Amino acid sequence: MGNVGAKEVPTLLTPEGLRIDGRRLDELRALKVTAGPLHEADGSAFVEWGANKVMAAVYGPREVHPRHLQENNKAIVQCRYNMAAFSVDERKRPGLDRRSQEISKVIAEAFESVIFAEEYPRTSIDVYIEVLQANAGTRCAGIVAASVALADAGIPMVDLLPAVAVGKIAGRIVLDLKKEEDNFGEADLPMALVPQSGRLVLLQMEGHLNRAELSEALDLGVKGCRQIYDVMKQALRDRYAVRPEGHTGGAA
Amino acid sequence: MGSGHRSGHRGRGQGGESSPSAGERVLVLPGEEIPAHGLKPGPGTYRVQGRIFASVLGLLQTRPPAVRVVPLSGRYIPKPHDVVLGTVTDVQGTFWLLDIGAPRWAPLHMTGTPWKIDFGETAQYLRVGDAVVVAIEAIENTGRIGVTMLGEGLGKLENGTIVEIAPARVPRVIGRGGSMIQTITRLTSCQMVVGQNGRIFLDGPPEGILRARECLRMIDEEGHLPGLTERIQRYLEETQDPGAIHDHRGHARSDLPHEPEVDLEHHRHDRPTPPPLDLQDPAARAPADEAEPDAPDF
Repeated sequence: MGNVGAKEVPTLLTPEGLRIDGRRLDELRALKVTAGPLHEADGSAFVEWGANKVMAAVYGPREVHPRHLQENNKAIVQCRYNMAAFSVDERKRPGLDRRSQEISKVIAEAFESVIFAEEYPRTSIDVYIEVLQANAGTRCAGIVAASVALADAGIPMVDLLPAVAVGKIAGRIVLDLKKEEDNFGEADLPMALVPQSGRLVLLQMEGHLNRAELSEALDLGVKGCRQIYDVMKQALRDRYAVRPEGHTGGAA
Repeated sequence: MGSGHRSGHRGRGQGGESSPSAGERVLVLPGEEIPAHGLKPGPGTYRVQGRIFASVLGLLQTRPPAVRVVPLSGRYIPKPHDVVLGTVTDVQGTFWLLDIGAPRWAPLHMTGTPWKIDFGETAQYLRVGDAVVVAIEAIENTGRIGVTMLGEGLGKLENGTIVEIAPARVPRVIGRGGSMIQTITRLTSCQMVVGQNGRIFLDGPPEGILRARECLRMIDEEGHLPGLTERIQRYLEETQDPGAIHDHRGHARSDLPHEPEVDLEHHRHDRPTPPPLDLQDPAARAPADEAEPDAPDF
C-alpha cells in the first residue's frame, strides 16, 4: 500500500479463463438503469454499472446561449461530461480538463448522428453527464445514461445508443473492462452502436490490436451493446408502460 | 363559494381526454419497429427502406393512412389558438420575449397587447419576470412562435402563483367539459387559469392555493391511476376545514398566514396600472367575436 510508484501487475486472467472479478471473457458487469430520477430536468437517467455510478440530465430543445452558436436549420447538441472530485480514489481536480473536453466532444457528436435535430431549428439540446463514481468505462456508462435521458425528454432520435468498451487483457479479447483491466491491460476500445442500423457512432482505441483482434473485438462489442440495449429499453418501459389496471411504473 | 366559480381556461383540449375506446395503448421507444402494413409514417416516426420506426417515446396511434407516435414526455409543442402562460424573459423596444415552456422563446409584439405603447415604453408595462396569459397566433415556418394578448381571458397576471405540470396532463386538469377545473375552483375558492403548456395560475385564499396545488401535484404524478376524480374530490372535502391542511408529506400546515405578507405591487412605482385580467367564465360571456372589453379605443 505505502509502496508508492511500485507497479505490481495483478493477475488479470486465471488459468480457468476467469477475470479478476470472476467474470467470463464475454460477460458484462451488473448494469442497472433508472429512467427519470430528476424532477427539474426535461429528461434524466441514472446508471449503475459495476462500480460506476453516472447521472445524466437533458434539457431542451431550448434557446441557445450564446446566440452565435445557434444554427438556422437544426438544433445543436451540446454535451458536458464531468467527473466529480470524489469519483476516483485520488481526488480529481474539479472542472474541465483535456480528457473531459475530448469525451464531451465525441459524445456530443455520437448523439448528433442519431438525433433528428432538423425538427427544432435554432435551439440547443443540452446533455449533462456527471460521473459520481468511476471504475473504467465511464464514457460508455455516460452515453447509456444520456441516451435514456434523451428518450425520457421526448427528443426524437433514430434509436437509443447502447455503448460498451471491449479490451485486451493477457492476450485475450474481453468485454466491458473494469478498472484494473483498463489500467494493466493491453488495449481499450470503447464503442457506441445504433442497433436499428448496426452503425457505430463512437469508436476510440487506446493500446494495440491487430486486424484479427480488432474484428473480434468489434463483434464482441456489438453483442455486448445488444444486451445493454435491452436493459435501457426495460428502464424506459418501467417508467412509462401502462400496466393492465392502468397503472404506470415508476413515475415519480 | 362566492367568487370561486371562475375559471379562465379555453381553447383546445377543453374536456379533451381522448376516448379510451381507441384501442389498447401500446408504448413504443425510439428505434422500435412499427408494423407498416402499407401505412405512411406520421409524426413521431421515420421510414427507412419501407420499414417504419418510432423516433420518440410514446403511444402508438394507427389512423389509416398513417401511423403516429403520441409523445408521453417532452417540452410543450405550440399549436395555433392554444392559450398558454408565459413569463417575460427579455424586454426590447417594440416587443417582449416570453418563456412559454416551448423549445423557443415567443415574441409578444406591443401591437398584440391592449395597451397603447410608444417605442421604448415596453418596460413600463411588462418587466422581466412578469407573468402573462397569451394565445398562440401562428407558428411561422422559421419556427418563430407568434403570440397575442388580445382576446378574452388574456392579459397580465397579478398576485397568485404559478404551478407547472407536464403538458401531457393538461386534459386531466381540465376534465370532461371542464369538470375537474370546476371541482377544484369550487372547493378551494381559487381562480384558475390553465395554460395548454402545463402552467397553471392559481389565486385565492392562501390555504385554497395550497390545496389546489396539492390537487395539481396529484394529477401530475398520479393522473394515470384510476379513480383520480374521486381521489381529488375526497382530498378536497377532507381538507375543507381550515387548519386540517396537510402537504403531500402529511405535515400539518396550521401555521398559514391568512393574508399575503407583502403585497409586492404596492412597492412598485411609476408604472401605469394595466387593466386587470378578466377571469370571468368564458362560457357565461358574450360571443368572442364581439369587441374586446379589455381593449381601449384608439
